[in-house]
Amino acid sequence: MDKIKFDTKSLDLFYGDFQALKSINIKICENEVTAFIGPSGCGKSTFLRCLNRMNDLIDSVKMKGEIIFDDKDINGDIDVINLRTRVGMVFQKPNPFPMSIYDNIAYGPKCQGLKDKRKLDTLVKESLTKAALWEEVKDRLNKSALGLSGGQQQRLCIARTIAMNPEVILMDEPTSALDPIATAKIEDLMSSLKKDYTIIIVTHSMQQAGRISDKTAFFLMGEIVEFDETPKIFTNPNDKRTEDYITGRFG
Amino acid sequence: MKSEHKNAIVADKIATVILYCIAGFFLLLLAGFTAYIIVKGIMAYQPGIFSFERTGIGVELFNTVYLVLISLIISVPIGVGAGIYMAEYAKAGKVTNYLRICIETLSSLPSIVIGLFGYLVFIYMTGSKYNLFAGALAVSILSLPLLTTVTEDAIRAVPSIYKEGSLAVGATHWQTIVQICLPVAMPRIITGIILAAGRGFGEAAALLYTAGMSSNVNPNIWNPFDPMSLLCPFRPGDTLALHIWALKTESMTPNADQIADFSAAVLLVLIFAFSLGSRILGARLDRKMSGK
Repeated sequence: MDKIKFDTKSLDLFYGDFQALKSINIKICENEVTAFIGPSGCGKSTFLRCLNRMNDLIDSVKMKGEIIFDDKDINGDIDVINLRTRVGMVFQKPNPFPMSIYDNIAYGPKCQGLKDKRKLDTLVKESLTKAALWEEVKDRLNKSALGLSGGQQQRLCIARTIAMNPEVILMDEPTSALDPIATAKIEDLMSSLKKDYTIIIVTHSMQQAGRISDKTAFFLMGEIVEFDETPKIFTNPNDKRTEDYITGRFG
Repeated sequence: MKSEHKNAIVADKIATVILYCIAGFFLLLLAGFTAYIIVKGIMAYQPGIFSFERTGIGVELFNTVYLVLISLIISVPIGVGAGIYMAEYAKAGKVTNYLRICIETLSSLPSIVIGLFGYLVFIYMTGSKYNLFAGALAVSILSLPLLTTVTEDAIRAVPSIYKEGSLAVGATHWQTIVQICLPVAMPRIITGIILAAGRGFGEAAALLYTAGMSSNVNPNIWNPFDPMSLLCPFRPGDTLALHIWALKTESMTPNADQIADFSAAVLLVLIFAFSLGSRILGARLDRKMSGK
């Protein structure tokens, strides 16, 4: 049996009075790609943002239940900064910082206190190589990251996450702002990254979930309707609602 | 239908013409004022007017720049700090609302009130003479609300995706503010600093009873602790704006009007140069970050 990375037990989440997540139970395994699919507003992004405590930024959010990561409830008394270095995140819209390509990658490690120039140089090169961006940017590391194309920017954001050497990478619709060619590159990247990292991805595209993920969870109105091996979800789902969604009857 | 459509087009044209007229009128007025001050200033030029002697305005020019610099050194850290607090730390609630009302009230206080307050606190209560530092403090009180509001707005305008990106790689709140938010907000904060400095350059009422209306210095003394030295901030010193006012109202100097006219032109050029310099700096920062 695969090692479990995240074990979520009856998680409820409220935005003020509105309940956005209802009794979420899900076990996410190591070195797999897990996809969250479902219609807009179903709670899949909200749940993803629970996993590195990104919802802390929103004052009105209240949670019940447990998310066990490494034997500890991440909503309990843990070091959030440490959690975020171990659970990285790539966002929907590419968000490189307005600084050079080099500084974008070095930013996280520097914040953790890494100062050695030579180690930073190696880390920047390794991260960019892993993110399949090194060849394209090696001659312009000191140029602003905002001069890159959208697809390159997103791979830079992945490299920035990799530079922290996380255990898990969360991806919130990472290709929804990209063209098909850039999307294909990111998808290739994900399958090569899964050897070293656990990847959890929220996607609007069912084809994408089908292409890249090992397991898929179908979210609807704040609940997980079904969670299973991806081929099973797409060919022979247990629940009528999952079938309706993947065959395009709603959503 | 047709005539309504025609009416709309006519109304549109009339509105455009009226707006152009208003804009043109103000542009002319502004250009007229500027030209008047500059031309009169040039005509009033006389050799030795920049000297540090009693007839020159060298001391006043120096005082103006010096006082604005001191006031910026005081007000920028406090104002920017307060702005960061309001944008990033202050929780919505009674205390914050109260604070905001205070800032708004402070920003609309007449400068003579600040001047008298400055006199009471910085001069009378400390038992000191009029001095530049007290003047700089008074000007700082004037510019603090502006700096605070501008910084708060600038930090709030930083796209949240930057902040999220920074936190997501394990940066702390403070690292995110210093390394991401502040640089992104910097061009707007610089605009605020220009405006704050502009207030300092042009301020007169707040300085009457704090920095004083006269200077008594010996330009050959370089020890900043000597109260006769130009560099000593704890000596009385009149700025250009106040000097103009003094010359025009109570001066006994025979060519007081000419000196005043010339001083006005110098003050205008000074403010212009400062704004231009800061804007070039801001644009350069902006260009560096956006990678153009």
